[in-house]
Amino acid sequence: MPRRIRLRKVVEPPRFKGYRPFGVSSKSRKSVDLLYEEYEALKLADYDFLKHDEAAGLMGVSRPTFARIYESARRKIAMALVEAKEIKTVFGNAIMDKDWYLCSKCNARFNIPDTMDKGTCPACNSKQIELLNK
Amino acid sequence: MKTIITSTGNQLNSVFDLRFGRASWFCLYDDQSGEISFIENENINAQSGAGTKTVEKVVELGVKKVISGDFGPKAKELLEKFNIQMVLLQDDKNTMQRIIDQLKS
Ligand SMILES: [Zn+2]
Repeated sequence: MPRRIRLRKVVEPPRFKGYRPFGVSSKSRKSVDLLYEEYEALKLADYDFLKHDEAAGLMGVSRPTFARIYESARRKIAMALVEAKEIKTVFGNAIMDKDWYLCSKCNARFNIPDTMDKGTCPACNSKQIELLNK
Repeated sequence: MKTIITSTGNQLNSVFDLRFGRASWFCLYDDQSGEISFIENENINAQSGAGTKTVEKVVELGVKKVISGDFGPKAKELLEKFNIQMVLLQDDKNTMQRIIDQLKS
């Protein structure tokens, strides 16, 4: 029986599409795919300093699942550093906890509460906004 | 509508502060009156909960939009609950003046 894929809650997409090492020839470059939920796990544990059970709760997964995602994230980052690989962020099995938008004019990322009207960027009033969630 | 922008200083030429709960100053801008004022962050050295305390302040001031570089998970949850819009800008050395000018544009 195939394992059921459970979605993991991600608060906000990463603010980059990837990372690229310096001083490495671009031809031989391979890349590592970092899933959104892996990025989120790493951020919650190592940047926001949350305890694993707290972070697991925020992501809507069990503690062991969180630990697995977190471990995988660390291995990928370590591999990218040691083997000088690019890091690309890919969507994975994530859902955003809310709708996030990106303004293609000023690069602001933002949410739109229900009480607000939609359609323009709250930082520069541009209409060139796109929904980041898939 | 009132907006708060996190700032490293209390001048219009002060640079944007990427931190929310631990920002040095908050620049309060009211687009109805055009008034701009600066509020010092009292929670900057708080051991914990700087983010949530800052959200409380934001709610108290009647702010509807917060512009910062990042929000902690707890602050995000609270801001969402109070229907306060979160706007994340990158670190491009923007000043308060420039951000406010963009808001007006
Ligand atoms: Zn914009």
